[in-house]
Amino acid sequence: MSRNLVLGACLSSLVLLAALVSFVWTPYNYAALNIPDKLQSPNTQHWFGTDHFGRDIFSMIMVGARTSIAVALVAVGIGMALGVPLGLAAAARKGSWLDEVIMRGNDLVFAFPSLVIAILITAVFGAGAVNAIIAIGIFNIPVFARITRGAALSLWEREFILAARVAGKGAARISIEHILPNVANLLIVQGTIQFSLGILAEAGLSYVGLGAQPPTPSWGRMLADAQTMVSFAPHLALIPGFAIIVTVLGLNLLGDGLRDWLDPRIRVARV
Amino acid sequence: MLRYALKRLLSLILSLAVASVVIFAVIEIAPGDPASFMLGVNAQADTLAALRAELGLDVSKVQRYFNWVSGMLVGDFGTSYTYRTPVSQMIADRLWVSLPLALYALTLSTLIAFPAGIYAAARRGKPGDLAVMGATQLGVAVPNFWFAMMLVLIFAINLRWFNAGGFSGWDTGILAGLHSLTLPAIALALPQAAILARVMRSALLDILGEDFMRTARAKGLNPRQALWRHGVRNALIPVLTIIGLQFSFLLAGSIIIEQVFYLPGLGRLVFQAISARDLIVVESVVMLLVFAVITVNFLVDLAYAAVDPRLRSRT
Repeated sequence: MSRNLVLGACLSSLVLLAALVSFVWTPYNYAALNIPDKLQSPNTQHWFGTDHFGRDIFSMIMVGARTSIAVALVAVGIGMALGVPLGLAAAARKGSWLDEVIMRGNDLVFAFPSLVIAILITAVFGAGAVNAIIAIGIFNIPVFARITRGAALSLWEREFILAARVAGKGAARISIEHILPNVANLLIVQGTIQFSLGILAEAGLSYVGLGAQPPTPSWGRMLADAQTMVSFAPHLALIPGFAIIVTVLGLNLLGDGLRDWLDPRIRVARV
Repeated sequence: MLRYALKRLLSLILSLAVASVVIFAVIEIAPGDPASFMLGVNAQADTLAALRAELGLDVSKVQRYFNWVSGMLVGDFGTSYTYRTPVSQMIADRLWVSLPLALYALTLSTLIAFPAGIYAAARRGKPGDLAVMGATQLGVAVPNFWFAMMLVLIFAINLRWFNAGGFSGWDTGILAGLHSLTLPAIALALPQAAILARVMRSALLDILGEDFMRTARAKGLNPRQALWRHGVRNALIPVLTIIGLQFSFLLAGSIIIEQVFYLPGLGRLVFQAISARDLIVVESVVMLLVFAVITVNFLVDLAYAAVDPRLRSRT
C-alpha cells in the first residue's frame, strides 16, 4: 500500500470519526449561546476557541463534519445511482439513439456548473441542505455516466463478454453481471474524487447562503460568519478552513492511493 | 473541417435551445406571480392587470418563452421586476467586473501552471517534482473563497497593500481597476493553476515517452531543447482544452469570490435578485452563464479539430 493511501485513509477516517462521535458526544452543546465567553482564542477549555456567540468551535466543527459528509455522500449517491445505469445502457446500445440521447443529455448537464444549478433551485424553492444535495447530485450524474460508458465500451469488445452472449445472456444481464463488477474499481476511485469535490461544493454553497441553514452548523456557513471578524478573530476563519482542507486532501489522497492499489497494471509498473 | 464545424454548430444551437427551455421551465415552477409580489396583497385588480401587461406576463407560457428567447437574440433580456431597468443594461454593467476578473484569473493560472508543470515533468521523481506535486495537491484541496479570506487577512488587513474589498471602477484607470481585482483573481486562479499544472505535467510525461522525442534526441538536441521544441508544443493540445474548460469554471467561480470581496459583478447581481425574487434577472444571468460554457466548449472543440485533423472524423 502506498503512502498516499495510508495518509488519505487516516485523514478521511479522522473526519468520519469526528462526524460519528458528534452524534453521541461533543465537548459542548454546539448550539448553546454563551455570550460572556465569546470570541475566545483556542485554549484548554475551548480547544478551537469560541465564536461571536460564545459557541464552542470544536463542537461546531464536529457537527459540521456531519453536514459536509451527509451532503457530499448523498450527492455522490445520486450521481452513481442515476449515472451508472445510464452509462451502462449507453454502452450496451452503443451508437443507437439511446446512446446519443444519453450522451447529449450529459453534455447539456455539464453546461450547468453545480453552483448555477443551485442558484436556479434556490431561486425557485429557497435555500437549504436538500437543495444543495440535489444541485451537487445532478452535476455528478454525467460524471458517472461518462466514466461508466467509457470503461464499459472497451469491456464489450472483450472475449468473456462474447462468451456470455453466446451463452444466451441479454444486454441488461451482461451489463449487471459482467460489466458492472469490472468497472466497480473505477467507480470507487471516481466516487472518492467526487466526494471530495462535493465537500468543496457544499462549503461554497453554504458560504454564499445556498446550503444548510442556521442553526445547522456547516463549515461554509462558519466561514461566512467569520468574514467580518477575521481581522480580530482569525481563528474563526482558520479552523473551518483547515477542516475543509484536511477532509478534501484526505479524500484526494485516498482516491489516488486507491487507484494505484486497485489498478494492477500500475502496481506492476511500479515494481 | 467545414462539415465538422457545421455539425458542431448545429449541436451548439440545439444545446442552447434545450438549455433555454430547461431554465425557463424551472423558473416557471416558482410559485407566485411577480406582479402581485411587486404590488403587495392590497393591489387593485386593474393596477395588477396593467403591470402584468407591462411586464409581458399576460400572455401564455409558450408565448412568453418565445418572447424571452427572441428578445435575448437581439440583446433584450426584459425588464427587472425590482429595479424597473433593462436587465441587459444591468448584466452589461456587471459583466465589466466579472469578465475581466475571469480573464485575469485565467492569465494568472496559466502563468503559474505552465512553468510549474514543465519544471515538474522535467524533474520527474526528483525533489523538485515532489514539491510541485505536493503544492498542487494542496492547491486543489483549498476552497478558493477561504483562500480569498486569507489573502485579505494578510495583504489587505495586515500589510495594507490592497483594499479588503470593493471595486474602484474602470473610470479611475485600468491599473486602479486591475489593482482592486488582483486579490480576487489570485484567489480564483490558485485551484485552477493547481489542476492545470498537473495536466501540463502529465501531458508532458506522456509526450516524453514518444518515439519522436527519442528521434529529436538522436538528432543531437539536448534534453532541454527537445523538451521545449517538441515536448511542450505537443503537450499544449490537451492543456489548451483544459484552459478552455476552466474559463467557464472561473466565470461561475467568480460568483462566490465576488461575495468575499464585495465586487459588483454578476454574482452579487444574481444573489440580490434571488433575495428580491427578481426571477427574470436570475433567469437571464443563468442563461448567460450556460451560454458562455456551451460556447467556450464549442470553440475549444473547433480549435482542437483545427490542430488535430484526426478528431474531425470522430464526433
